[in-house]
Amino acid sequence: MLSKSKIFFKGIVAVLPHMLSVIPFGIITGAIGIELGFDPILVYATSLIIFGGASQIIFMQLLSGGASSLVAITSVGVINSRHLLYGAVLSEYLEKLSFIKKLFISYFIVDQGFAESNKYIKQNKNLSNPHYYVLGTGVTLWFCWQLSTISGIILGSFIPEELGLKFAIPLTFLAIIVNDLRKLDHVFVMLVSGFASLILFNAPFKSYIILSPIVALIAAFIMLRFKK
Amino acid sequence: MTWFSIIVSGIVTYFSRMAMVALIDREMLGTKVKEVLNYVPAAVFPAIIFPGVFFNDFGSFVEITDPKIYGAIVALVVGFFTRSVIATIVSGLLSYWFIIFFLLR
Repeated sequence: MLSKSKIFFKGIVAVLPHMLSVIPFGIITGAIGIELGFDPILVYATSLIIFGGASQIIFMQLLSGGASSLVAITSVGVINSRHLLYGAVLSEYLEKLSFIKKLFISYFIVDQGFAESNKYIKQNKNLSNPHYYVLGTGVTLWFCWQLSTISGIILGSFIPEELGLKFAIPLTFLAIIVNDLRKLDHVFVMLVSGFASLILFNAPFKSYIILSPIVALIAAFIMLRFKK
Repeated sequence: MTWFSIIVSGIVTYFSRMAMVALIDREMLGTKVKEVLNYVPAAVFPAIIFPGVFFNDFGSFVEITDPKIYGAIVALVVGFFTRSVIATIVSGLLSYWFIIFFLLR
């Protein structure tokens, strides 16, 4: 039986490789905010209050470009609505927690943390305190995100742009799903989602981020009917 | 006004994180829905990966010779066989850098 702190620590270790993309992305986010002319406190507030990389950048770009608050808020909501799906999956492992603990842990649900937690907990069904793993991944990502946006705010984007570190973002997500390429049903769903995202890319409010998963999940639903 | 937007955006985002965990009773989800939820990673992440590889900063399709495509293929193959997150990311970045710094100069 693993102790709570060991499970927490395993969560930390699981997301460390993702720092290769999270840290540069955080630095870029902080630096972009300053370049767009926002007050440093405001830029940092997006990391603390919104806490969602891509949505923070788009939020600041929209506001500085003269878009209304409503447009900016709607875009953030649309981009971040994918967390509803993460929550639906994680709720299975967080079911037994008290309401207050659920409210607390929810703040730390992040893409990479969700993916690593889901992978680990599925492989270790008898884990007694799976929420410590979720918390280990989320808290680590939270700290690194806060520190890297602060360094981007203070130092500017000090990582040379020629390195093209933006490319690390699709790579971390590729690393998350690459293992599922062994399962044909998962590959089918991935291809539906991927092609849907290419077709829907120019849909308003960046809604391809949530529309493509919905299309893919509907495809999964239909596929499951045919399998039976 | 900006503060107002940040706070409302924060509330909306927090709600999206919290709603399914804290407000929804799992009994309400049918077995079919639970089965489909197994595919959430497969349904969400390609929608981030594909545009990241196949679109450039200006939102148009990259050429078939774009280094990102080959970096992604290397990462895919390495990741598939090593099953390691770090090997997937590092191999993708290194092959991407190799192409942009050595082959394209």
